[in-house]
Amino acid sequence: MRKISLANLDALFAAIAAEETLYLPQDTEKGAVYAEWCEGATLSNALNTVRSPKDFFFPQTENLMDFKVEGKSIEIIDTRKECEDFVIFGVRACDVRSFEVLDRVFLSEPVDTYYKNRRDHGVIISMACTRPAETCFCQTFGIDAAAPEGDIVCHKTEDTLYLDAKTEKGETLLARLSALTEECDTSAVEAQQALIRERMAKLPLANLSASDFGADKTMEFFNRPEWKELSQSCLGCGTCTFVCPTCQCYDIKDFDTGHGIKRFRCWDSCMYSEFTRMAHGNNRLTQVERFRQRFMHKLVYYPTNNDGLFSCVGCGRCLAKCPINMNIVKVMKTLGGKDNG
Amino acid sequence: MVDMKETLIPVVGVVTDIRIDTPDVKTFRVVTPDGKKAFDHMPGQCAMLSIPGVGEAMFSITSSPTNTEYMEFSIKKCGCVTEWLHSMEVGQQITIRGPYGNAFPVDTAFAGHDMLFIAGGIGLAPLRSVINYCRHYRDRYGKIDIVYGSRSMQDLVDYREIIEEWSKDAGVSVHLTIDREQPEWDGHVGFVPNYVKELGFSTDKIAILCGPPIMIKFTLAGLQEIGFDKTQVYTTLELRMKCGVGKCGRCNVGAKYVCKDGPVFRCDQIDELPDEY
Repeated sequence: MRKISLANLDALFAAIAAEETLYLPQDTEKGAVYAEWCEGATLSNALNTVRSPKDFFFPQTENLMDFKVEGKSIEIIDTRKECEDFVIFGVRACDVRSFEVLDRVFLSEPVDTYYKNRRDHGVIISMACTRPAETCFCQTFGIDAAAPEGDIVCHKTEDTLYLDAKTEKGETLLARLSALTEECDTSAVEAQQALIRERMAKLPLANLSASDFGADKTMEFFNRPEWKELSQSCLGCGTCTFVCPTCQCYDIKDFDTGHGIKRFRCWDSCMYSEFTRMAHGNNRLTQVERFRQRFMHKLVYYPTNNDGLFSCVGCGRCLAKCPINMNIVKVMKTLGGKDNG
Repeated sequence: MVDMKETLIPVVGVVTDIRIDTPDVKTFRVVTPDGKKAFDHMPGQCAMLSIPGVGEAMFSITSSPTNTEYMEFSIKKCGCVTEWLHSMEVGQQITIRGPYGNAFPVDTAFAGHDMLFIAGGIGLAPLRSVINYCRHYRDRYGKIDIVYGSRSMQDLVDYREIIEEWSKDAGVSVHLTIDREQPEWDGHVGFVPNYVKELGFSTDKIAILCGPPIMIKFTLAGLQEIGFDKTQVYTTLELRMKCGVGKCGRCNVGAKYVCKDGPVFRCDQIDELPDEY
């Protein structure tokens, strides 16, 4: 384990940014957002960013390919370029888990090369959460906010940043920063972890349980009458899917620039009525079905296909952002109430 | 990385023949610019066709894999992409990618069995691939029955091929029906599900159904009434798709993705899906 005084944090960021593009959470009028580090930028103290870091690997909009159309002829132009190395600093434990959730979708055969390109070139420096919020429930999904995953795992105390490399990528980067950091023991980190776990245990959602949900429970939950009431006020705005670090449904659309056709991939939402609309009809006609789809996917369908792994990470963004204050916690408490008091 | 094959990037296809099947169905023949098949497939699999600037959509491959020269797609005019396809002329280039999805188990579960094909309207399109596959490897299958119905005589897809080729094959019986009487029609009149019951097939067959959801529902019920088990009946589902490889999320039903886990399902497997297809 290495450490650096917080007074030298700028030097650390400058050293990283000298070779790789560095992104870190910075405060803006709209809350904390991941932004590129430049001289004078400061690390946000916010618990988490408004938008999740999924954009780094699965951007909201990306150009997949171009076409040149002339008369009856079409030329397909592969616009893929090797991504440059980049570092994301300060990713929380929940969001690091979201990368695993996305990996299982995009890196399974056939591999999504757009996603893999970015994933291969990104280094994740995670940060333990010293002040988890009342909307946090990562522990429901077996995530430890005191010990995130990541290429390098950081713990920030009042005066010191502790860095621990967990992967080859992380070791390479940390080795490069060795002149700025010094070797240290793990006692300060362990003390902080104990404190974090103590705080986690006191959170209002500390005892939220997902044990009733999981793989192969489709028929158990699909026809539950509660879906109707749960979804009654849903506006179908899709905010939950856009702030969600694991939502990965997408659309493919063409745009005629006047000089050629560009094909884009954009985030889409199962909450939208157009999502499943076909020439011969729509298999999810009302918001009840669309609402159900989102939660069934996170709590049952995804786990069925992924060794029981849930595709919710308990980041709490949807709890904070839903305009009608409906969210996955209420769904879980209503439908999987056995262990949820 | 960027040299890796990307499934979302298609290849160019050239439309070399357009056949008008019905007032709203045309069959398009597609090859690559150097005159070859874009890729190999098995009966039941699909391909993404697109016109850059208009859109991309999933279609079942109508031709049999035993056709080594080209692929065919029978397409009904019913949306943006299909309207554009219907306005094309021979020589037009499009893009094509695939094959996607599973296939009918023609070489395993179907081998050695009598086959009963039941289609309604454009539902014949995905079955034509299987029918011609079974006709090509005729000695691998028993008797073949084909029940096919449409709104009118003019709406029967592949009518010429049915009359001139399928009905003339030894061991192949074709049973056509149309919904309403027509002066020039001397064949059966009535809906497919009833006609299947009237024909009263022996139950030692594999049945394959494709057509409008309502037809599938009633035909399946009819088959069960005359003694078929759901494990003997196959169908192919259709939902909106964008990627074709189980990632974009559109065709997700229960834990399955119709584009990769389907589109072919045995009817007992469909029972395991929530009722949302």
